[in-house]
Amino acid sequence: MTFQEIIFWFFSAVLVFAALRVITARNPVHAALFLVLAFCTSAGLWIQLEAEFLGIALILVYVGAVMVLFLFVVMMLDINIERLRQGFWSYLPVGGLVAALLVVEMALVLGGPWFGLGEAPRPAPAPEGYSNTKELGRLIYTDYVYPFELAAVILLVAIVAAIALTLRRRKSSGRQMDVAQQVQVKRADRVRMVSMPAVKEDKVEAKEEGGK
Amino acid sequence: MIDTLLVYPQQLLGPLWPTVWLLVKILALIVVLMVVFAYVTYAERKIIGFIQLRIGPNRVGPLGLIQPWADAVKLLTKEIVVPTGANKLLFITAPSLAFMMAIAAWAVVPFSPEAVFSNIDAGLLYLLAMTSLGVYGVLIAGWASNSKYAFLGSLRSAAQIVSYEIAMGFALVGVLMAAQSLNLVQIVQAQQGGAGLLSWFWVPLFPLFVVYLISGVAETNRAPFDVAEGESEIVAGFHVEYSGMAFSVFFMAEYMNMILIAMLTALLFLGGWLSPFPASVPALGAAGLHWLVLKAGFILFCFLWFRATFPRYRYDQIMRLGWKIFIPVTLVWIVVLGAWMQTPLWIWWK
Repeated sequence: MTFQEIIFWFFSAVLVFAALRVITARNPVHAALFLVLAFCTSAGLWIQLEAEFLGIALILVYVGAVMVLFLFVVMMLDINIERLRQGFWSYLPVGGLVAALLVVEMALVLGGPWFGLGEAPRPAPAPEGYSNTKELGRLIYTDYVYPFELAAVILLVAIVAAIALTLRRRKSSGRQMDVAQQVQVKRADRVRMVSMPAVKEDKVEAKEEGGK
Repeated sequence: MIDTLLVYPQQLLGPLWPTVWLLVKILALIVVLMVVFAYVTYAERKIIGFIQLRIGPNRVGPLGLIQPWADAVKLLTKEIVVPTGANKLLFITAPSLAFMMAIAAWAVVPFSPEAVFSNIDAGLLYLLAMTSLGVYGVLIAGWASNSKYAFLGSLRSAAQIVSYEIAMGFALVGVLMAAQSLNLVQIVQAQQGGAGLLSWFWVPLFPLFVVYLISGVAETNRAPFDVAEGESEIVAGFHVEYSGMAFSVFFMAEYMNMILIAMLTALLFLGGWLSPFPASVPALGAAGLHWLVLKAGFILFCFLWFRATFPRYRYDQIMRLGWKIFIPVTLVWIVVLGAWMQTPLWIWWK
């Protein structure tokens, strides 16, 4: 077994374990953290496949942003395990169908040798100085520029739609100032400096003040 | 001389040598970082002391110079209390996770064209990925402590870091456009114009430079953006339940991140190890590690200066600054930069 294979099997074992724990962990926060582990290990596998841009992007986008927000929500949920279990039988048919579909799909991919695809040649290793990122950028902005721009516009529409759907216009109570005005405030707007020359207090007057 | 000294262990260890040598180098970097960390905490107390007309630490050793080590001993000998109902495993993991991410980013930070652990092509992406993982330590700490204050602090921190990461990422997009590379060594070398400090990227990327610097302060949870700690509202935020060494690991992670951001600002916008004087000036015009240290030191000083100068931002104002000001500014400047680079007016890179 070469060193590369050892790394591959190690990462795969961790990935399978983490993925299993995502669905078996009782605590939803633990499940989300195992999902983070699964993303990190699969990023390692991708980097081993010479797809370093995708590997790092997976960490950056999914682990660094998506999962943080996911955890954020999961941590605030008050999950009642009993109530979750109630719907088990009614969801079983749909869930079973999806599971069966997934098994068929995986069998199609993993059963490549059975369909005679085992003879497919191994891709040539990338030459020295080959930059995955540069090559991907070049392809996206030349050969695939229209599909790429289309995907970007669709995502933009999705962003606008998500904001439009969840936007709640708060009724202005009249007390809340515009933040832009708040932060532009100067000292002179709030405090008036008064020059007070020091004076000696008259003793009798001071006693009267104290008596009041 | 070093080469001849290394011959003997090289023969002794044989094939294990590269791994051992790498580990030795990593250890050396971490030791240096620890010492820098210790004296940044000392500098922070002294500088803020001077700004506020106090003296700062002055009891342990001459000028209080031994103070950081006294603090370290104190923290090491304190008990670590795990609160009732806390998730013990995650409670202990959280600080190490925060520290790990702060250290991992140093793998691609170059100190000179040769002195870099891993001179990878996607260096900038790797850095962005690693700095975005730092939030996990805070998030897990807040949840695992089983305390409302800690939890509120971690929620604030998560929202804040995710928001500022976008502006930071866009600022880095500007840098990689100007440098035409994601490799940190090449980014510094692209700033090697003839004009000394005017050929660095802070001139053409000035708005991005400012956004990056301020987002860096927000990303490391430093004042005036330290609402995750906010001792006036939520006592000490995410690390309210931590004591002894567990707390000090969080503390170290925060300072390591600060040093990292200072270093990156120096590398990406201030020309790294390049001299601020044109190459024609004798002696001063030569590039070297001392310039990098000076620049990073100045940025670190700014971090402390900010803390002593500005009151803490209100939470909604932080969010407004990140989303409504920084992101539009960076987006506009990327477009301006793209157009500018197509014209002969662009003189920074040939």
